[in-house]
Amino acid sequence: MKFAVVVFPGSNCDRDMYFAAKDALGEEADLVWYQEADLSDYDAILLPGGFSYGDYLRSGAIAATSQVTEQIRAAAEAGKPILGVCNGFQVLLETGLLPGAMLSNVNQKFMCHYETLIVENNETMFTSHYEKKEKISIPIAHGDGNYYCDEETYQTLLENDQIAFTYENNPNGSVGDIAGITNEAGNVLGMMPHPERAVEKLIGNEDGLRLFQSILTHWRNNHAINA
Amino acid sequence: MRKVKIHITLKEGVLDPQGKAVQNSLRSLEYDNVNEVRVGKYMEVMMEDTADIEKQIDRMCDQLLANPVIEDYSYTIEEVV
Repeated sequence: MKFAVVVFPGSNCDRDMYFAAKDALGEEADLVWYQEADLSDYDAILLPGGFSYGDYLRSGAIAATSQVTEQIRAAAEAGKPILGVCNGFQVLLETGLLPGAMLSNVNQKFMCHYETLIVENNETMFTSHYEKKEKISIPIAHGDGNYYCDEETYQTLLENDQIAFTYENNPNGSVGDIAGITNEAGNVLGMMPHPERAVEKLIGNEDGLRLFQSILTHWRNNHAINA
Repeated sequence: MRKVKIHITLKEGVLDPQGKAVQNSLRSLEYDNVNEVRVGKYMEVMMEDTADIEKQIDRMCDQLLANPVIEDYSYTIEEVV
């Protein structure tokens, strides 16, 4: 399976994402510069964390206007898995591929520590290797992670099972303790916590690795059907 | 040439942690009559005049300058000689 990690000016978790796909998961992966990216040959797209364009205007807003966005949109419509972590999540919100918006953390602080997440939906292509309601430990590292959507949107998220992860102890003020959501089709996941930083026991834990394994399992199942 | 002055504010009902912190600071400076502070953004856009300039500015705001999920915007257009 071939992963593309899209690198924007100001991305800083791109190598972690690359490491997770390439070394921890053991699949093919490329770092692709956003201006030269041709995403057509990739099976999955990873949008890394960081501070694209220095978070100017709003986190993810400027990156969301770049030409690679159209390719990401096309890949989303084609049903390819798209994972946006942290700033990648913010970019997905700004492009409108996921509903809602990000506000600054309710305590106005940049926070960097492990949080316990609850797997709310284990029937997505990103979460099949987890148990439903399983508690996993994944690090967060953000200043603008306070997920906001209006009540109507929140109800829609609940009804469609689009909430993939919630926080056990909401650190940032997010509506409904939301840590990660998918689009309605289920092939686009945005989350503030960093699964790519939890893929090896040596540097913490492996709770994040199963997210990447889930993507691979989904791809293999599809691939077997198509072959 | 036109100078467009754009104000972007958080929608009513959207929590503003930054405004809250500023409000608390004003309170600690003993401005006891301050009830609420909301922090927004102000931008100046210099642009050539066109027949549909307002439509253009609306589009700019919806596409990029403001996030309609959490923000409202208003603007005034001034002539620059």
